[in-house]
Amino acid sequence: MLLEIENMTVAYGRIEALHGISLTVGEGEIVSLIGANGAGKTTTMRAISGIRPLAGGSIRFEGEDISKLRADRRVVQGIAQSPEGRGCFPGMTVVENLEMGAYTRRDKAGITADMNRVYGLFPRLAERKKQVAGTMSGGEQQMLAVGRALMARPKLLLLDEPSMGLAPMLIQQIFDIIVEINQQGVTVLLVEQNAQQALSRSHRAYVLETGRIVKSGTGQELLNDSSIKDAYLGVA
Amino acid sequence: MDVAGLLRDFPELTLTGLEQGAIYALVALGYTLVYGVLKLINFAHSEVFMIGSFAALWTWQGLGFVYDAEAAPLGSFLLAVLVGVIAAAGASALTAVTIERVAYRPLRKRNAPPLAFLITAIGASFVLAEGIGVYTHRAPYGMPRLLQPEVVFQLGGWKFTNTQLIVITVTLLAMVALDQFVSRSRLGRGIRAVAQDPDTSALMGVNKDRVIFLVFLIGGLMAGVAALLWNILPIGVAKFNMGFLIGLKAFAAAVLGGIGNLRGALLGGLLLGVAENYAVGLFGTDWKDFVGFVLLVVLLMFRPTGLLGESLGRARA
Ligand SMILES: Nc1ncnc2c1ncn2[C@@H]1O[C@H](COP(=O)(O)OP(=O)(O)O)[C@@H](O)[C@H]1O
Ligand SMILES: [Mg+2]
Repeated sequence: MLLEIENMTVAYGRIEALHGISLTVGEGEIVSLIGANGAGKTTTMRAISGIRPLAGGSIRFEGEDISKLRADRRVVQGIAQSPEGRGCFPGMTVVENLEMGAYTRRDKAGITADMNRVYGLFPRLAERKKQVAGTMSGGEQQMLAVGRALMARPKLLLLDEPSMGLAPMLIQQIFDIIVEINQQGVTVLLVEQNAQQALSRSHRAYVLETGRIVKSGTGQELLNDSSIKDAYLGVA
Repeated sequence: MDVAGLLRDFPELTLTGLEQGAIYALVALGYTLVYGVLKLINFAHSEVFMIGSFAALWTWQGLGFVYDAEAAPLGSFLLAVLVGVIAAAGASALTAVTIERVAYRPLRKRNAPPLAFLITAIGASFVLAEGIGVYTHRAPYGMPRLLQPEVVFQLGGWKFTNTQLIVITVTLLAMVALDQFVSRSRLGRGIRAVAQDPDTSALMGVNKDRVIFLVFLIGGLMAGVAALLWNILPIGVAKFNMGFLIGLKAFAAAVLGGIGNLRGALLGGLLLGVAENYAVGLFGTDWKDFVGFVLLVVLLMFRPTGLLGESLGRARA
């Protein structure tokens, strides 16, 4: 397994947000984490990236315990994240934001190649290289955040609600791109409230409810699960 | 009020103001950089400046430099400056980085509230000033007169002295270099990123501690350069509490220009220096320090975020 989380507990002060969750992500998979607002999805992602400390349990990446590893070292190990909301640096241009994504890398040629790859995935960004991110639309910033995470050339890509605030057409597009990225060999852990879309494209998925994992299975299984349908898919 | 006097001396007051303001600006950089990244007013920065002054003084004394500038040939002047700037910038940078390491980092690791940082900053400032005060018996020390101020060229009524040209040129060069570093280099981008969004920066692989080290280091180096330039000015006296007023003015300059903004520090420093000297022309020397802070208060009423008002992170530096 590429990522193994075991019995992970995370707290904000005295309030426990995650009560010992366990999940795994295998190499080459797209795994979704779905759940209502406040379930603890973002907390999980922040803990994996190391910007939120664990109160208990462990995170293993490629077999190594990284629970205590500094956040910036985890990027070097191969974990990149596109955070929830507008995580772009608003005062930096598109190019500078992408360069920030490659902050830990020194291979100039590889960085240039990856930048072109990102422009290939998101032609919109190529048209706006010199534009300051803060002046771009929400959708464009979302694309920039995903593209920026790719610039780290990660083994594991964490995407926290990449479709949030996007127009329906763009939502389709961003999910297509996630599949494409995955097919290029990047393992993806995807957090989504848009459960229908996420489950239909995922190999496996976990359902998080108030800090506990209450269900897991293949994307298809969960799509057909009646309780999931009622709670998250909003269909009759 | 002596309007005629102000008009008569206008060129001289302006140039002296720019010269002193340039030094405020260099010191202001330290406040602005640290604030930009940590949202912390590093009150001990004034002592970083003071220690730079003493470092230059003691190094010169140790090497036996004479006080007489007129007799000194150009070669020994340049050597004195070189030695002085290395001593001052080195000592200031070391002091700044040590303050960070000893006083602030432990608080950061414990997620201390902002007030704890504030009182620690004030405490560090006192410890350093009083420590040097005890060591130097609270006496003022005349700095070696490295340079006799003299007019090197004249444009109409504007007489440019050698010290003015040196101070202003060095400041502008340092500013341009820093500006380029912050806007173009990888580490500079890291500084801007942390200033803007520390968590997202960590997700990019930026080591926040290293960035913080870096801003204290740069702020210290600039304060050291400022200390040396201050000593080149005719005012040159080193005293344990010399940092207080200059530090306060540099802080005012940073706020005036928009704290967290590098170009704002330059603008605020120059503006403050010039305004102070016009006040000297208008009301007399006693009013010099008064005017700077009146200017600050009045300006903040109209532009609460300072003249350029952006943060370091947002600034297209
Ligand atoms: N910075 C914070 N301080 C205190 N509590 C927080 C903080 N961030 C999140 N929480 C709490 O942790 C729980 C999980 O939040 P989060 O991980 O953001 O959920 P999700 O991403 O699934 O919407 C919520 O109850 C939320 O209120
Ligand atoms: Mg969330």
